[in-house]
Amino acid sequence: MAWSPRAGDLAVVDVAGLDALIMALADASYDVRGPVVRSGAIEPGPLGGVVDLPRGMRDEQAPGRYDLSDTAGGAFFDWSSSARSWKAELFPPEEELWRARQEPGGNVTFLSTPKASRREPLPLAILGLRPCDFAALGVTDRVFAGAAVPDPRYRRRRDTAFMAVVECGSPGGTCFCSSMGTGPGCEGTDAAPDLVLTEIASGTVADHRFLVRVVSDRGAEVMAAVPTRKATEADRSEREAILSRAAARMGRRLVTEGLPELLLANLDHERWSEVARRCLACGNCTSACPTCFCADVRDTTELSGQVVRRRRWASCFDREHSYLHGGAVRASTSSRYRQWMTHKLATWWDQFGQSGCVGCGRCITWCPVGIDITEEAAALRGAALPAGGGAA
Amino acid sequence: MSVPTLAVWKFASCDGCQLSILDCEDELLSLAGAVRIAHFTEMTRAVEPGPYDISLVEGSVTTPADAERIGQIRAQSRLLVTIGACATAGGVQALRNMAGAGEYAGLVYAHPEYLSSLEGSFPISAYVQVDLELQGCPVSSSQVLEVLTAVLAGRRPVIPLHSVCQECKRQGTTCLLVRGANPCLGPVTRAGCGALCPAVGRGCYGCFGPTESPNVVSLARRLRADGMSPLAVSRLFQTFNAGAPGFDGEAAEAAAAARAARAGREGS
Ligand code: SF4
Ligand code: SF4
Ligand code: SF4
Repeated sequence: MAWSPRAGDLAVVDVAGLDALIMALADASYDVRGPVVRSGAIEPGPLGGVVDLPRGMRDEQAPGRYDLSDTAGGAFFDWSSSARSWKAELFPPEEELWRARQEPGGNVTFLSTPKASRREPLPLAILGLRPCDFAALGVTDRVFAGAAVPDPRYRRRRDTAFMAVVECGSPGGTCFCSSMGTGPGCEGTDAAPDLVLTEIASGTVADHRFLVRVVSDRGAEVMAAVPTRKATEADRSEREAILSRAAARMGRRLVTEGLPELLLANLDHERWSEVARRCLACGNCTSACPTCFCADVRDTTELSGQVVRRRRWASCFDREHSYLHGGAVRASTSSRYRQWMTHKLATWWDQFGQSGCVGCGRCITWCPVGIDITEEAAALRGAALPAGGGAA
Repeated sequence: MSVPTLAVWKFASCDGCQLSILDCEDELLSLAGAVRIAHFTEMTRAVEPGPYDISLVEGSVTTPADAERIGQIRAQSRLLVTIGACATAGGVQALRNMAGAGEYAGLVYAHPEYLSSLEGSFPISAYVQVDLELQGCPVSSSQVLEVLTAVLAGRRPVIPLHSVCQECKRQGTTCLLVRGANPCLGPVTRAGCGALCPAVGRGCYGCFGPTESPNVVSLARRLRADGMSPLAVSRLFQTFNAGAPGFDGEAAEAAAAARAARAGREGS
């Protein structure tokens, strides 16, 4: 019988093997998702096989700019981060929490929420999230699942989800995961993925292969249906080389040394007003960020007499977000930007014991005016622009 | 409150917002059961006298007669909600505020002296106290329903003040501005439409008017960096909400440039 990897083993599969892995996940009744090309960007989408992956595509990311081009190359993962993170898969942008009706006698009847229950018929399998994305799950896990009262919806989706991380060989112009210790390799954080893949596409077509580190038993079960061989020393050293080349090619850098103290000691710095002159308070950054978890919970009534409670992504860049009795606490854009950045990089530590930023660079790329968190941090430090700096 | 009365009024406008109410289709019958439609001439000839519990006002004030009528409506309405770009910002007809309507009247009408109109087109809030404004050209049917159901339940309506961008992000539309430098006013435009235009690949035209803190200067800088001329950028704001605070500055610049160009042509 052919060799089949167990948890802890390092295996090698070829392109057909990757396809077999996707099939095996579907056969195991997962709703398989992965990176696909949509509207000129790499976005999360349904994955039926390797044909759906963004083969040959390369992204170019800069502050406020994104471009995707077809290099006609053979690699499937020659791009940096997907335009959207995987946050929406576990924490949907809008979700009905409950629905009720008041009966004529005054009793309240809770109704089932058909829309919400139809959303999750199958557990998710995500193949192709990046190490920074996976680190971001570690962050949202603490927020949602690690809370005193865990969020049951997040928890259910997360506990049943299968995660196959693909390490980064091609970091982009706005990436700084190596500054944050979240990439370009996936060494395993406090949460463990099921599989960790590394694409080796530098050789001949026949040599195109993927290293698969099997982390969980669930990962081993799925791999049983995939033709593999044991990894050799050569495979391992090729991976090391790919990752160290990637680490050297980060588009940006964030000096994290003493950063929380630095930010909190500079709450009156004039830079906050300066950034507010550029910031549109549009909330693209918080929507794109894989760890921003704020939501607005609102009750509404319907003409039918039903009452609905919904949760919807919210942003600290919105006036309503800081609304307390009598008005908004953070009326100015400078106070909103400062709230966002100090939470990500400083007060998140106090709240959750870790950084709220994993260095994926999405807030930089998807900011319409290219505001760059690494550049803002460097400016507050009084240092020169970070490596590869310069805004749109 | 027993069944509250609803009145819908029209000023200078295209009737599109009133049509958006009629467009509530599925909910329209429940709505007709929940309120008594006392005055809505787009829908029914039957008109009841005031006072009214809720008045929805479409259109802008453009004549002395309008200015008087809105005062009477306010006096008869417990709650007055303005609907649409005309009522909240003067509408597309507020372009004349930047051009000197008198000049044009002479070009269009044989006897401009018969006209009795104000120098500009003004939002309802310039004349009377408004309880709530719903932006949009036209307004969103679901926002109108939300306001009415909120009033019926005695709660605050849920109307976002934030940008169209967040609607794009929630529905998974890839940003047109970042990917493709497609001019889009979404970052300074108030949500409510469901990011309709970007979802079909067109930049937002700003028909929902400004967010609560629109940084038009910064967005304009970005659009110019993408190669648009300053005039082309200004013109983006010279549409439905040209008179809205925040958009009016750029719109006025476009108007001034057009005037200068005309003066240049006439002078040469
Ligand atoms: S703050 Fe920016 S770089 Fe950091 S995780 Fe969020 S989107 Fe990524
Ligand atoms: S930092 Fe950029 S993306 Fe974030 S709110 Fe400001 S302008 Fe929008
Ligand atoms: S996207 Fe902009 S222009 Fe289009 S309907 Fe919405 S607010 Fe109006």
